Amino acid sequence: MQTLPSLPHYLLRNAELHTNRVAMRHKDLGIWREWTWASVCAEVQAFAIGLLELGLKPGDKVAIIGANRPKLYWSFSAIQSIGGIPVPMYSDAVADEMVYVLEHAGVRFAICQDQEQIDKVLSVIEQLPLLETLLYDEPRGLRDYDPERILSVDEVQKRGRQAVERNSNKPVEWRMGIDELVSDELCVMLYTSGTTGRPKGVMLSHNNLIVTSINANAFDTLDHTEETIAYLPLAWVGDHVFSYGQSLTAGYCVCCPESMEAITECRREIAPTYFFAPPRVFETLLTTITVAMEDASRPKRAMFNHFIEVAKRHGEAVLNGEGVPPMARLQYAIGEWCVYGPLKNRLGMSNVRVAYTAGEAIGPDIFRFYRSLGINLKQLYGQTEASVYITAQPDGQIDADTVGTPSIDVELQIAENGEVLYRSPGVFLGYYQNDEATASTKTPEGWVHTGDAGFIDDNGHLRIIDRAKDVGKLNDGSLFAPKYIENKLKFFSNVKEVVAFGDQRDFVTAFVNIDLTAVSNWAERNNIVYASYQELAGHPQVYDMIEKHIEQVNVDLAAEPRVAGACIKRFLILHKELDADDGELTRTQKVRRKFINERYEPLIEAMYSDKETQFVSTTVVFEDGRQGTIEADVRIMTLPHIAPLKMAS
Amino acid sequence: MTTQAEMMSIEGRNDMPADTEPYAQPAVRTEELLSVEHVSLSFGGVKAVTDISFNIMKGEVRAIIGPNGAGKTSMLNVINGFYHPQEGVINFKGKPRRRMKPYEAAASGIARTFQNVALFKGMSTLDNVMSGRSLKMHRGFFWQILHVGPARAEEIRHRRRVEEIIDFLEIAHIRKQSVGKLPYGLQKRVELGRAMAMEPELLLLDEPMAGMNLEEKEDMSRFIIDLNTEFGTTIALIEHDMGVVMDLADRVVVLDYGKKIADGTPQEVQANQNVIDAYLGVAH
Repeated sequence: MQTLPSLPHYLLRNAELHTNRVAMRHKDLGIWREWTWASVCAEVQAFAIGLLELGLKPGDKVAIIGANRPKLYWSFSAIQSIGGIPVPMYSDAVADEMVYVLEHAGVRFAICQDQEQIDKVLSVIEQLPLLETLLYDEPRGLRDYDPERILSVDEVQKRGRQAVERNSNKPVEWRMGIDELVSDELCVMLYTSGTTGRPKGVMLSHNNLIVTSINANAFDTLDHTEETIAYLPLAWVGDHVFSYGQSLTAGYCVCCPESMEAITECRREIAPTYFFAPPRVFETLLTTITVAMEDASRPKRAMFNHFIEVAKRHGEAVLNGEGVPPMARLQYAIGEWCVYGPLKNRLGMSNVRVAYTAGEAIGPDIFRFYRSLGINLKQLYGQTEASVYITAQPDGQIDADTVGTPSIDVELQIAENGEVLYRSPGVFLGYYQNDEATASTKTPEGWVHTGDAGFIDDNGHLRIIDRAKDVGKLNDGSLFAPKYIENKLKFFSNVKEVVAFGDQRDFVTAFVNIDLTAVSNWAERNNIVYASYQELAGHPQVYDMIEKHIEQVNVDLAAEPRVAGACIKRFLILHKELDADDGELTRTQKVRRKFINERYEPLIEAMYSDKETQFVSTTVVFEDGRQGTIEADVRIMTLPHIAPLKMAS
Repeated sequence: MTTQAEMMSIEGRNDMPADTEPYAQPAVRTEELLSVEHVSLSFGGVKAVTDISFNIMKGEVRAIIGPNGAGKTSMLNVINGFYHPQEGVINFKGKPRRRMKPYEAAASGIARTFQNVALFKGMSTLDNVMSGRSLKMHRGFFWQILHVGPARAEEIRHRRRVEEIIDFLEIAHIRKQSVGKLPYGLQKRVELGRAMAMEPELLLLDEPMAGMNLEEKEDMSRFIIDLNTEFGTTIALIEHDMGVVMDLADRVVVLDYGKKIADGTPQEVQANQNVIDAYLGVAH
């Protein structure tokens, strides 16, 4: 494959090749403004020369903090074109979290979106002796700040343009500088969000991003006609590849929404052809649709329900281009006209050719819902260390449980302990100033440990089951992957949280948290009276309902040979909701297994005994910080044997 | 001041004029925008306001506080031209006035928001804010209907200004929603937007934060501060939340039973024994 040496080279190429094509849009003051590739190139040139005038040198690190705005995207190219290293950061992080990255990366300049971000950086600036200059995009509220040290991006671009006026050789020098960039050198540092321990700075080279971007474009035949909307955090590798790397290499247009709140409206106006969202976005959209339809008039609701049923039966087959009976095809076509089309328009997905979801497991029902509407939603599996792509689902080979086949140029390998390893041109250079972590993640041969356990199924598709360190074994030797089981159960709307146990035990047990909103709604409709969460959680009918869900999950599990041994045998519904304030969940709502193991030891032991109930007393922290105790006799339920159910399925 | 209007050209072009102004220093406020001299107002035998005098300097945030029934809203209504005081003089921009209709007050550069939200509930956010521009629209009814030539140009100009306000107040996402369905905090923001659309010299805010939660209050305070510093709008506000008043206001006038009992900086007022007795110390 013939590639250019660096990302700024692609910008120059696009300015020549797609001169008058729109490269970027931004909705501002209610109007979509546009920049062609030529004008983006001119903006970047002014910005880059302005940065040179400010004294930015090759190798300098520049933090970029803010939302998806054109000037922040231009800053990537501008910094890279003069050999600097952009370090995009999560703009919702508090100052204390930011200071670690700013200090660790040794940032010399920081480009901030607005006053909020400038204030955050200024509040910790004493700890950052290397940080010299702050730049901002939105001037609001920054009038009285020190103009020597805190400048607007406009001002920097103006200085760049003035420098060109004084010395018309500057643009030529700038281009010569770009030609000196080397493809294997560091081009961006992306800090992993750091759910475990401190964030690590993942160093990616031009080549990493260029090759993976070109491969990804080829995989889904994306070209310069695509439209995307950029709304995910700049610091996240996904956005860096989708909205920057792939846009530069393919030459497609990236649209920046007016604000995060207005994203749905903006997406509707743009109607992207290529779209990415984490599962929760799809979940939220589906909830909005469901709620809206419940409020709709009876005929509308009937029509909606009817055609959604049609879509459920035939939609995926139509999308996959499989044979569908003519009558069904006709029904689906009418549905497209009456329901699916307008609905996709509402969602801003009318023109979507390829949509991806990744990051977490997506509920199969949600996944299929979107696909049945004719939206080509697929799953991919990736990591910052891989420049995103490890596996992705090819068109027509879609399964809610898999994450697809290895992407172009990616080699996969499953280690002895079930961990997924990969090797690809996108593999990162290393962690910044952390050779120890680099050495433990990346082997000398270039294989990278993902930390995830998985297996390759009979069709050659990868299935991820859990974090490798959480995967254990039952005493009879069968594989126990807690998250895999938990996720299956959590896809039921009545279930909010699940914690499965089973490592080095005889069988699998589970704690269940009911979802108060869903279950209280259900209770109301079924005339079940309750006074508190605790009472509802202990209600026999709620237990029966959860039991049915678990039976269903057991049937699913029993059907998969690799996890068949790990069906849930006993469960209980916890008397309280697991809460981050009590330390049971992380702030990102992930279960802290070790803590729960210690805190609820009596309950766990009771599940592995013959007891029917177990008394438990738990201290809780209320929202105002006061402490209290909740006491309860928690019922433990044993499920009937699984084998007959398997027959039934 | 380089306004956002100049920076963001609506035709979608990229030539942004650079900031040429030096960074403004906090101004020393010497120019009097409005003064109230010996004003008394009564409804029949009830004296709402008795012999009150105070002034509002150009560019300041002036708070009017006092316990319930102290005459704060009456005072605002007097400034606004809605009530006509039996005694006393009001000088606005150096000119004395005795009787003035509310629309004349509006035309002269005084805008206000209300204690209870008074928006056009069935109209969108955009239309509500746009309605604040109606005094500045010059084309007649027929021109507007035809929506051609000058009327069109005028609407584009006003729409841009309105969009700047929408951007400023961060209500872009509800631009096209009808305001009746919006949460209370956002309605208050839209109401502020409509008052801002008049580009007033003096903005009267009657309890802008009543009934808001802490987060909404913080947002609203932020907007009031920015409005004051970025646009230089003079603000007179009535507020019950003392924390807010102490943070926002440059000077505070305190009323009790229709009389002025204190006037000064927040610190001075806070230390004033009359105020403590009337309001801060005992009321709760």
